[in-house]
Amino acid sequence: MITTLLGHPVVRLVAHRIAMGLVLLFAASLLIFVGTQILPGDVAQSILGQSATPQSLANLRAELGLNEPAVTRYISWLVGAMHGDLGTALTNGQDIAEAMGRRLGNTLFLASCAAIIAVPMALILGLVSVRYHRRWPDKVISGVTLASVSVPEFLLGYIVMFIMAVRLHAFPSVSTVYDSMSLLERLNAIALPVIVLVMVVLGHMMRMTRAAILNVMQSAYIETAELKGLRPFRIIWRHALPNAIAPVVNVVMLNLAYLVVGVVVVEVVFVYPGMGQYLVDHVAKRDVPVVQACGLVFAAVYIGLNMIADVVSILANPRLRHPK
Amino acid sequence: MSDIKNPVLEIRNLKIEATSYPPGESPRDITIVEGVSLTLAKGKVMGLIGESGAGKSTIGLSSMAYGRGGVRITGGEVLVNGIDILKGGAAGLRKLRGKTVTYVSQSAAASFNPARKLMDQVIETSLALGVPRSEAEARAVALFEKLGLPSPKTIGNRYPHQVSGGQLQRAMTAMALCPQPELVVFDEPTTALDVTTQIEVLAAIKEAIRDTGVAALYITHDLAVVAQVSDEIMVLRHGAMVELGTAEQIIHAPREDYSRDLVSVRQVNHAQKPAEGEAVLKINDISARYSGLKFDVLKQVTLELAAGQTLAVVGESGSGKSTLARVITGLLPPNGGSIEFGGRTLSPSLKGRSKEDLRELQMIYQMADTAMNPRQTVGAIIGRPLEFYFGLKGAAKRKRVQELLDEIEMGAGFADRYPAELSGGQKQRVCIARALAAKPKLIICDEVTSALDPLVADGILKLLLNLQKEEGVAYLFITHDLATVKAIADKIAVMYRGEVVRDGGRDTVLSPPFDDYTDLLLSSVPEMRLGWLEEVIAHRKMDAGGE
Repeated sequence: MITTLLGHPVVRLVAHRIAMGLVLLFAASLLIFVGTQILPGDVAQSILGQSATPQSLANLRAELGLNEPAVTRYISWLVGAMHGDLGTALTNGQDIAEAMGRRLGNTLFLASCAAIIAVPMALILGLVSVRYHRRWPDKVISGVTLASVSVPEFLLGYIVMFIMAVRLHAFPSVSTVYDSMSLLERLNAIALPVIVLVMVVLGHMMRMTRAAILNVMQSAYIETAELKGLRPFRIIWRHALPNAIAPVVNVVMLNLAYLVVGVVVVEVVFVYPGMGQYLVDHVAKRDVPVVQACGLVFAAVYIGLNMIADVVSILANPRLRHPK
Repeated sequence: MSDIKNPVLEIRNLKIEATSYPPGESPRDITIVEGVSLTLAKGKVMGLIGESGAGKSTIGLSSMAYGRGGVRITGGEVLVNGIDILKGGAAGLRKLRGKTVTYVSQSAAASFNPARKLMDQVIETSLALGVPRSEAEARAVALFEKLGLPSPKTIGNRYPHQVSGGQLQRAMTAMALCPQPELVVFDEPTTALDVTTQIEVLAAIKEAIRDTGVAALYITHDLAVVAQVSDEIMVLRHGAMVELGTAEQIIHAPREDYSRDLVSVRQVNHAQKPAEGEAVLKINDISARYSGLKFDVLKQVTLELAAGQTLAVVGESGSGKSTLARVITGLLPPNGGSIEFGGRTLSPSLKGRSKEDLRELQMIYQMADTAMNPRQTVGAIIGRPLEFYFGLKGAAKRKRVQELLDEIEMGAGFADRYPAELSGGQKQRVCIARALAAKPKLIICDEVTSALDPLVADGILKLLLNLQKEEGVAYLFITHDLATVKAIADKIAVMYRGEVVRDGGRDTVLSPPFDDYTDLLLSSVPEMRLGWLEEVIAHRKMDAGGE
């Protein structure tokens, strides 16, 4: 049973994709490490400031392990990261894993809230667009989503803030959250960034869903379905969508990755204590271990989501799932 | 005709139009079908026959009030059971389509949804009609059995890619019959199948029509096929009716000239030429396989072709005939054997071949459409080999292009046209001219007439024979069509599962005694007489019973 399962082409393909993902993550870690090493400037200098004596600088460098060869530092960093030890922040001596864990939790919370609204909405709007292809619902949906994608997200943020917070007083303009807040309070706090994020990712996902399904709608089997006298929504839902899953999942995952990795600007606009702010703060302070850790987590999220997209695409293909 | 009581389908004075978008001009409406009327009684089969563009599929689909692309019905009446379906609106059409009238398309492989099981698709409309799932499935299984599908109880659990083309075509017929319609439109249901598979599917369809008592429109360009299943035949041309009569009358006593042409098509013939010249191509013991396959697609193939002769390689799909062309052209290096060409041994792979090797070996493909750059003029397409092989430029090149156009019987003015402005036959002629431009010793013709209408195909074959007489070029002619083989070959090689099962001079190969496979192949070619199908099937059953 196990051997037949392992021999199944889908299992082999999925295993291959996962292995590729791990290799890619390893390569990304190397890039992040090298990238942070070639940054100009000296960490010890930036911690102690311009007035530091050469002796205190040398002592700090030795203490931070900066005199070790780069390869040794890379390996010990990587081994530590694999054990969940991301080191300590240079600037405040905190454990990075712990500090980042909270931030990452906040970011994922924001991203999930945005995704729970945006993904189904994009799919439904995509289906409606196909159903009324080239008629007014299609044109309205395309126009509105294109406009929301085209406005820069920080501007979108301020516009939403102005209308919803300043004029309507519906939601707070600053999205600071605390551990003591209840879920409802949290949701209320992040309502505005969620709205902005939904507007940013919705257009892309909806347009790709529409394009992928329209592409399938050209197929001969859609004509078969039409000649069966099926209702238009049933044709799209039962006959077109199952054949458009791979491209749709790919674009959904790209946008989910953006929600985690690319929200820096939105977090800053709404002063939300997420990964983006954390990263920006520590880049400014030249806190290399934190920057490296953030980079590694972002890379893992990005690669992981794309890997899921690949696996879903494989599983959605009946030719691979049910070989001859 | 209209004295039939309660006809299932009655079409009166049908007019169908579409919008055409000619390059560089403003769009205009063109008439596709005009003034066609027909009446079809319960349990009867009417054949619609004509070349491509005759409007036969369009008329067939009009019985479901459906138009492909921008095609729309602009005049006349289409009555199903006495009700004009053009006036029923969207809700009325949903009740009609897939329930009262169903459709079987040419390519079942493309017409089944790849993501869903056969059974789900076959019973979909029955479920919509309110038939309980268990009953619908039982109906489907019974139809699978009637249509001769293997393991009818479980085949419905398979996905379309898991069954063969012939089986899919039967499954599609089952899908059309499952909701117990009153009319089925068969649109070239056997055209895409191998000749040996076609005969089985054809017999299955005929039996199913007879047993269910359904009325049918049977659309095809092959008169011999339609003669086997139809009670009446309508001959169509350019969207208008040429002749309507009983099957017997159309086959034996056609009234119109055009019908006579269709009946008597395949008049191209030539005497088999003796092999005089030395061999231009010698294939010795070639074996080949595609990477990833565990078996050879070609198994020790040995063939010889003399200069100025035609060797026809015939076989069904999967027999390895196109692979042979790939090996000869160097696209697929063989894993054993050698190829001698013009007295020298060819390098197995394309990279090792000289420009002279490439020039002397040219190819013509089945799909002339995709074999030409749509953004180049005919002059540029034909001029390219002249420049590449002979360095011709400017006026000298233009002069030679015109000579070649004259040779393929296309006049001046064509050099400036784009492929999209040519008909199917003209496109294939341009491809022939492009191959000839290199002054080759051998041209490999891969199914070059398969995509063309019979009358146009005949013109191409005549042209190829004339060019051979003048230029002395040899042809390796790959085809699955035995009529074409008879028309053009000097030598024939019959291929089956990667092996040459029979080869020799044309007259020897086509005369008894036959081996089993050649016999099967030859006896499967539809003959233009009534009752042929029943004879062959009865004969085969007797053979099978005797063993």
